[in-house]
Amino acid sequence: MRWIKTTLPVLGPLRRAWGNSIRLRTMTITGIIAITMVTIMGALVLDRISSDLYSSRRDQALQDSARATLAVQSQMDTSDATDTSGLNALAGSVRSTVQGTSASQLIYVRRQANQLPSNIAPDDFSTSQQLVDAVSTDLSEALLEGNAPQYWQAVRLVDDEGNSSPGILVASTIVFPAGAGSYDLYIGYSFADVTKSIEFITRALIVMAVLLLLLLAVLVWAISSLVFRPIRAAASASHRLAAGETDARIPMQGDRHFDELSSNFNHMADTLQTRINELDQLSTMQQRFVSDVSHELRTPLTTIRLAAEVLRGQIIDENSTQARPVQVLNDQVDRFESLLADLLEISRYDAGPVTLETESTNLVLLTEEVVERLRPLSQSLIELRPLGGYSPIEVDARRIRRIVSNLVGNAIEHGEGKPIVVTIDSNAAAIAIGVRDWGVGMKPEDTQHVFDRFWRADPSRKRTLGGTGLGLAIAREDAAVHGGLLEVWSRLGEGTNFRLTLPRGDETAVFVSPVPLVPDDVVPDEGDPDVTGGWLRRPGRRVRRERNR
Amino acid sequence: MSARILVVDDDRALSEMLGMVLQGDGFDTVFAADGQAAIERFRESRPDLVLLDLMLPGIDGIEVCTRIRAESGVPIIMLTARSDTGDVVRGLEAGADDYVVKPFNPVELIARVRARLREPQQESGEKLRIGDVDIDVTGHEVRRGDQVVSLTPLEFDLLVILARKPQQVFTREVLLEKVWGYQYKADTRLVNVHVQRLRAKIERDPDRPTIVTTVRGVGYRAGATAE
Repeated sequence: MRWIKTTLPVLGPLRRAWGNSIRLRTMTITGIIAITMVTIMGALVLDRISSDLYSSRRDQALQDSARATLAVQSQMDTSDATDTSGLNALAGSVRSTVQGTSASQLIYVRRQANQLPSNIAPDDFSTSQQLVDAVSTDLSEALLEGNAPQYWQAVRLVDDEGNSSPGILVASTIVFPAGAGSYDLYIGYSFADVTKSIEFITRALIVMAVLLLLLLAVLVWAISSLVFRPIRAAASASHRLAAGETDARIPMQGDRHFDELSSNFNHMADTLQTRINELDQLSTMQQRFVSDVSHELRTPLTTIRLAAEVLRGQIIDENSTQARPVQVLNDQVDRFESLLADLLEISRYDAGPVTLETESTNLVLLTEEVVERLRPLSQSLIELRPLGGYSPIEVDARRIRRIVSNLVGNAIEHGEGKPIVVTIDSNAAAIAIGVRDWGVGMKPEDTQHVFDRFWRADPSRKRTLGGTGLGLAIAREDAAVHGGLLEVWSRLGEGTNFRLTLPRGDETAVFVSPVPLVPDDVVPDEGDPDVTGGWLRRPGRRVRRERNR
Repeated sequence: MSARILVVDDDRALSEMLGMVLQGDGFDTVFAADGQAAIERFRESRPDLVLLDLMLPGIDGIEVCTRIRAESGVPIIMLTARSDTGDVVRGLEAGADDYVVKPFNPVELIARVRARLREPQQESGEKLRIGDVDIDVTGHEVRRGDQVVSLTPLEFDLLVILARKPQQVFTREVLLEKVWGYQYKADTRLVNVHVQRLRAKIERDPDRPTIVTTVRGVGYRAGATAE
């Protein structure tokens, strides 16, 4: 596996491309198979052609040699030469006869070994030394011992220009007159012409193969484009659908299998669109209902409120029996009002997409404002630690203000008069606000429920600021519509830490909060999450945006 | 002489209680339960301020607002149950000066009413000029050339506050405090809508204002921008 690592810079992109593209794989595999097939076929054809050419050329050479041998032998038989000079002359004429009757100029005549020496026997001669060297023992022995008129062996012959080419050496026996004895007649035939033809054929075949492969590559590319077009259409349609274009559909492609996919996909998209429309309709109805209920409830509530105010104005004696009920009436109307407001807010979230009115906001200033406003109500010392987060962020300031006042309000209520620390910090991806108190804290099973609607950690605890029980549920939704998260860490006796993390920009899907979830003054135990809270994933909410200014 | 307030609301109980609260604070009250009656009552009684519910049977609140504004610059405060819809903006565009969301705190309502009835403090003989617009603060009169421009008291206040410090940029929050009397962050749509209405009356080309100009991201100022 080490070579993979070392070749990664070179092969890495290729491997990625290979892993990512069916087309590349198809084309490569087709290419390899085609090259192998073409090579094998070419080799077979070439082999077949060359062996045919060589064998016919050999047959021709053998016939040629036989004819030459016959001509020489008949010349021998008719010769009346008896002495050395006559025989030598005969030998010379043998040479011209062979060269005249045969297509070859390469001749080697050699007296056979197993005969008595003769004085008059002409010397061996050859037209080329390479023939002398080429004659193998096997051939000469076969000629000596065998009965066949001809024997041959394959040799390599070198022509005048030094080009080596295959050829054959045909051996036959001639008998000189006047008891001069038997001689071996070797005639060499060069197949250079055949080699040339084969070379030409090979070149032609290679050119054809290359053209064929190119054609094949173009063809495969074109076909794969054709085949992948519907897939690309499907991919783009599903992409658009995923991006929220509910009217994205795959066009029919004129293929039974693919059109089944298309129609199923389109059917799915239709169903989805219908469902979304239904939900939108439902959401609109719900919103209208909420709005109507709101109006219907608000008018009588206003009347009650005014009546209570009139009553209060008529109380002259603070100790009269009517003073207390009027006070209670006023307080309860206030409570009812905030409950109604919170109920409407949460039902707006339940109804579907909410509208964010975003503006560029400095969270440090916003938090300062909230803390300043709440400080008079607090018995605790509230310390603001703005470590970062001064750069403005696009948020719906009303909602963020609501979250922060809710968190600080909670801390005041449950902080038992001990200090409260509000930390703001930021990193490249997110801005976070942490609100830490050193109050009673909560048991782990209670911590899980703090964001539940109407949930109270300790029903017996007296409430100073009042609250509807919906504050944290709304705060969590307020955070979620900004793509942010509201989390809590709490331990009995050690206090509570709420942390709001808001990602910068709409593209940030995963981020780490710049403020720790588990405060740094406590010893983490195994029940605790990671100190930073780990990677946070943007919650999905449907939001309409409206930018102010 | 105590100020007279016309209360327009179809909910009789609410009107009655509103009346009691307002009378308790020393105002005179006149009532109307629907749009038609509201306009008739307005013409008869010439109130100093109108409290107008937006949801009325017959002629609706916005229409009533438009009609009253057509004949008078009297301060109009809308009563609305829905702050999150376009009703508020439409009401403001129809000429309402301010709005209160039900259920409102009576103290808050009284404060809003008083803010609208308050006489602007005037220095005698004060005259201002921006562009080709002359403002006679004492005479409560605005002229462009020879032509008198009729402004509501609120629009007049807005213009005077901007014109007294030409070239100074006022943020929407500051204007909310100075013109409307809000002490805390309120709805900046009030400012936006009223600046639009003011421009429609005093600018030669309201789409390219030269008298009340916008400073992007900050607020408004009187006089042409430096660039």
